Amino acid sequence: MSTQTSGLAIETAGLVKTFGETRAVDGVDLAVPTGTVYGVLGPNGAGKTTTVKMLATLLRPDGGEAHVFGHDIVREADEVRGRVSLTGQYASVDEDLTGAENLVLLARLLGHRKPAARTRAAQLLEAFGLTEAAGKQVKHYSGGMRRRIDIAASILNTPDLLFLDEPTTGLDPRSRNQVWDIVRAVVAQGTTVLLTTQYLDEADQLASRIAVIDRGKVIAEGTKGELKASVGAGSVHLRLRDPEQRPIAADLLRRALDAQVQTDPDPVALTARLAAAASHDTAAEHAARALNELARAGITVDNFSLGQPSLDEVFLALTGHDTQQPRPGRDDSHDPKDEVAA
Amino acid sequence: MSTTTPTESGGLAPVRTDSLAELLVAKERPPRPSAWSASMTFGWRAVLKIKHVPEQLFDVTAFPIMMVLMYTYLFGGALAGSPKEYIQFLLPGILVMSVVMITMYTGVSVNTDIEKGVFDRFRSLPIWRPSTMVGYLLGDALRYTIASVVMLTVGMILGYRADGGVAGVLAGIALLVLFSFAFSWIWTMFGLMLRTEKSVMGVSMMVIFPLTFLSNVFVDPRTMPGWLQAFVNNSPVTHLASAVRGLMAGDWPAGEVAWTLGWSALFVLVFGPVTMRLYNRK
Ligand SMILES: Nc1ncnc2c1ncn2[C@@H]1O[C@H](COP(=O)(O)OP(=O)(O)OP(=O)(O)O)[C@@H](O)[C@H]1O
Ligand SMILES: [Mg+2]
Repeated sequence: MSTQTSGLAIETAGLVKTFGETRAVDGVDLAVPTGTVYGVLGPNGAGKTTTVKMLATLLRPDGGEAHVFGHDIVREADEVRGRVSLTGQYASVDEDLTGAENLVLLARLLGHRKPAARTRAAQLLEAFGLTEAAGKQVKHYSGGMRRRIDIAASILNTPDLLFLDEPTTGLDPRSRNQVWDIVRAVVAQGTTVLLTTQYLDEADQLASRIAVIDRGKVIAEGTKGELKASVGAGSVHLRLRDPEQRPIAADLLRRALDAQVQTDPDPVALTARLAAAASHDTAAEHAARALNELARAGITVDNFSLGQPSLDEVFLALTGHDTQQPRPGRDDSHDPKDEVAA
Repeated sequence: MSTTTPTESGGLAPVRTDSLAELLVAKERPPRPSAWSASMTFGWRAVLKIKHVPEQLFDVTAFPIMMVLMYTYLFGGALAGSPKEYIQFLLPGILVMSVVMITMYTGVSVNTDIEKGVFDRFRSLPIWRPSTMVGYLLGDALRYTIASVVMLTVGMILGYRADGGVAGVLAGIALLVLFSFAFSWIWTMFGLMLRTEKSVMGVSMMVIFPLTFLSNVFVDPRTMPGWLQAFVNNSPVTHLASAVRGLMAGDWPAGEVAWTLGWSALFVLVFGPVTMRLYNRK
């Protein structure tokens, strides 16, 4: 309908994709502002990949419509393809070829002449720290190296819009941080990034707006501040020295933090779920106060960690059900914790 | 704002966001590649794959050698008096048969390759869509050429002499490779249509065996019953075998060459569009 998408890189209305009985994407409305990182957060099978594939013109929607920079993704697929670039969830480079060959191949397909293609490939390999691995077949790359070559392949021409489908799933924390740095560098040069992820902290780190999707539907959308306010500030996990003291500690935390306190099966463990950020204190400030109170009451804390709300908690807060669905998933959503020394 | 971390896990060099930023500043995009250039680039991909996985040349070397030896010594004595005489008749035919049989592997490799993530990337590029498949088949054309050269060499060692000379042999091989390129669109179609590698292989066998054996490759069709002659005389493989045999013998079998080219055009026109429909829908 409206091709007037001033300031919007992506605009979808009622986007639908079905696979037989499965409504993989079930009426998704998105509005992604140009020049920002937009996070799409959802558990396994939520429909993230399907949405991205439709927007990258790889799948035809069964209903609704979508515009990328004002171009209809079905009728003007070629214009869309000229401006976007996709790093798929699973390696989207040729495993049999070397890293350098992959980049030269794709640069040639983008219209670069051979010398220019070679130069661009070499520069990107250098910037991505892959010069040494340039002559190795991609199938011998580590997970972190694969992700890098994959992203490098997506920015051979600086795209106006870059899709990153779960770019850090399965990476160790250091590789993950490096991918984040790459994303920040890309966006700093004016490229819009649509990033899908299962990790709230990743969306929190990178995205300015976040859409939470579940079972093909957008169940929450907003800036990360808005989202967090509706979810809560996170949780404090404690391990006490003496299990006898747990009831007292639980009571204390409940009063000090105004939090819901759960006693874990482990007799010395406690989890306090911090309430929505009604006050302007950060989760860390809450936690510091709690530790103080415990120390004053003579309770010894062996281990302490502060966790951002996990995807499970986000879902519990937003939908009342957790991420466990009848649909088969690959792995459990994890709970990235910022470890704090006790 | 370089984020260089001095200690790197696994010896992996750090990402240099400063030089990355410089690279990203370049916003100009070269014009899109022509259909020809994109196809040739995909052909280059196929050649690189041969370089990295040379085992895949097994079917264009060992298999053809086996075919020549087997049929020459198995049938030679019975059908033409001696293997040496028979190979004069057989070699062009067995060349045609083996290469046409080898085309079958195209379907299997398309079927396994297409599932890989890299095709998502190819499909999201603003290029002439059939170039991926055309490039595939160009790489295969190279394999067919290798097979032809290998078989000719073995044939010549066994005593085959081409009266058509170098020109006749080259023309014969060129026609064979061209036909195989056109014929392979059947396999790209099956490769995209069928779900598993096994089913592609099964269907390919069902097509290829009758098509190659029910031809004039081994014997003159005049020895066959009438209904079979009708099929054999109109089979594209028969036309191709006659044309190649004629070219290599130094004749200029214009009619057979024309028939072969006609069949080739038909294959491309029918199975090319079907392949592309399937490719776009995958
Ligand atoms: N080609 C397909 N054929 C049939 N069903 C499919 C296909 N692709 C996806 N689905 C189904 O659609 C639903 C959404 O899948 P999708 O891959 O989009 O999820 P996702 O959010 O990317 O999940 P993940 O985090 O596991 O990557 C799932 O139930 C999946 O089984
Ligand atoms: Mg996915």
